[in-house]
Amino acid sequence: MTDPTIDIRDARVDFPIFDAKSRSLKKAVLGKAGGRIGTESKVPIIEALRDINLSLRKGARVALVGHNGAGKSTLLRLMSGIYEPTRGQAVVQGKVAPVFDLAVGMDPEITGLDNILIRGLFLGMTKKQMESRVDDIAAFTELGDYLDMPLRTYSTGMRVRLALGVVTSIDPEILLLDEGIGAVDAQFLAKARDRLNELVERSGILVFASHSDEFLADLCDTAIWMEHGTIREHGPLREVLHHYKGHDVLAELERR
Amino acid sequence: MPGPRSWTRAFDDLSQGWRQRSLWGYLGWQDIKQRYRRSVLGPLWISISMAVIATAMGILYGALFNEDIKTFLPYVATGLLIWNFIQGCILEGSEVFIANEGLIRFLPAPLSLHVYRLVWRQVLFFAHNVIVWVILMIIFPHPLGWMSLMALPAFAVLVLNGGWITILSGILATRFRDIPPIVASLTQLVFFMTPIVWSYDRLQENPAVAERARIAELNPVLHFIEILREPMLGDAITWRHWIVVGVITVVGWAVALVCMRNYRARVAYWV
Repeated sequence: MTDPTIDIRDARVDFPIFDAKSRSLKKAVLGKAGGRIGTESKVPIIEALRDINLSLRKGARVALVGHNGAGKSTLLRLMSGIYEPTRGQAVVQGKVAPVFDLAVGMDPEITGLDNILIRGLFLGMTKKQMESRVDDIAAFTELGDYLDMPLRTYSTGMRVRLALGVVTSIDPEILLLDEGIGAVDAQFLAKARDRLNELVERSGILVFASHSDEFLADLCDTAIWMEHGTIREHGPLREVLHHYKGHDVLAELERR
Repeated sequence: MPGPRSWTRAFDDLSQGWRQRSLWGYLGWQDIKQRYRRSVLGPLWISISMAVIATAMGILYGALFNEDIKTFLPYVATGLLIWNFIQGCILEGSEVFIANEGLIRFLPAPLSLHVYRLVWRQVLFFAHNVIVWVILMIIFPHPLGWMSLMALPAFAVLVLNGGWITILSGILATRFRDIPPIVASLTQLVFFMTPIVWSYDRLQENPAVAERARIAELNPVLHFIEILREPMLGDAITWRHWIVVGVITVVGWAVALVCMRNYRARVAYWV
């Protein structure tokens, strides 16, 4: 098996906004939040990502930081293959497991167990492989008999547990986490952290978008600072976080 | 690595989706069960509502056109059965990617997965409705023979066509959101233009309208209905219908594949 890799060259992601045609945008708007809104073509487009050059190898644990709308989620989806770049190239090799929106791909009417199965199948597992992992997932998520209940009876935190349980059980090579997994309690968070750490050590690449410095410090060693759809800085976690926040966040965390 | 607009990627998508058949097989069943969750009779309602509509229409139009109920009721029921499958593929096909917006934007999966799931769901609906046909064949025996087995390849061809219709209308409708309502009203119109509740042969017997009735042959859906209805009712096979359907299948898939090649990667941006 070859090592997982992510290679992105000169990639850009433009979203056409078809229903925004009537809005008069005299010039490109450049605000603090959001990507740039281009007006060259008839249909307004949002330049969600521009000039992305990135190369990640096995063992990379990357934190994604930046304002809301800076392009963190879009970059994650570019890495997962959901968006193919409008221009440039994005070559991703390895089994990708994304945890983006926790509600998606989960059917509230069916049981937790069935949802585990469907999630697994979506991530490229077979039915048999998933059945052999169910016990492991049940133990990790600590959901027990609740797994036989319909998902609509679950709290947000329980859903996060389920989603994390599935992705960490299927031995992914590239793990992409978007913010939102903060809804679980501290004890489970510690457990999840161990499991994620283990996973990254065994195989692969982790990319994690979050606003929680503590979580980032625990899981990542490098960071990418996104701003207006471009990579502003890519380097060691400490430096990037320092420049992004304006003060040495890691040192303050250590002092605590 | 080939770019986003390449044949390789388009065919990869189709074959990868096919490989995940345990997933769409499961999801297709789930869709049906979902619709009848907590109802006592469950998916049996599909067959029941089909039986009610077919019987009511058969009796009503049979009386209007002065037809023999023994042949006309099975005729209407079989026509409706096939029509429901075609209509399901067309109507739901145009919404296939729009309805799965969440999955497309948040989970990487081949686009064709949603297409397979939809067509499979229609096949399951068809299987439920076939019960009505079986019952009618028992009540009103028809001269079914070896040629009736032609129903199997005929249905296979219908399923094959469901695939390209879903891909093509799905992609176009995702880009141009006016298409689903247009498709919906057109389908309604086509239903009345297709010999389902009226008989094409009967019109041709009447010299006053025989000439005009030939216009009905221009309706492609007629040929799709006929290739399956003829063997299911034990009628002689008209090969003309098979030729028309064959041509449409090839042309339809060709157009759908070009569309798939050029716009597959754009769907995630458009939904």
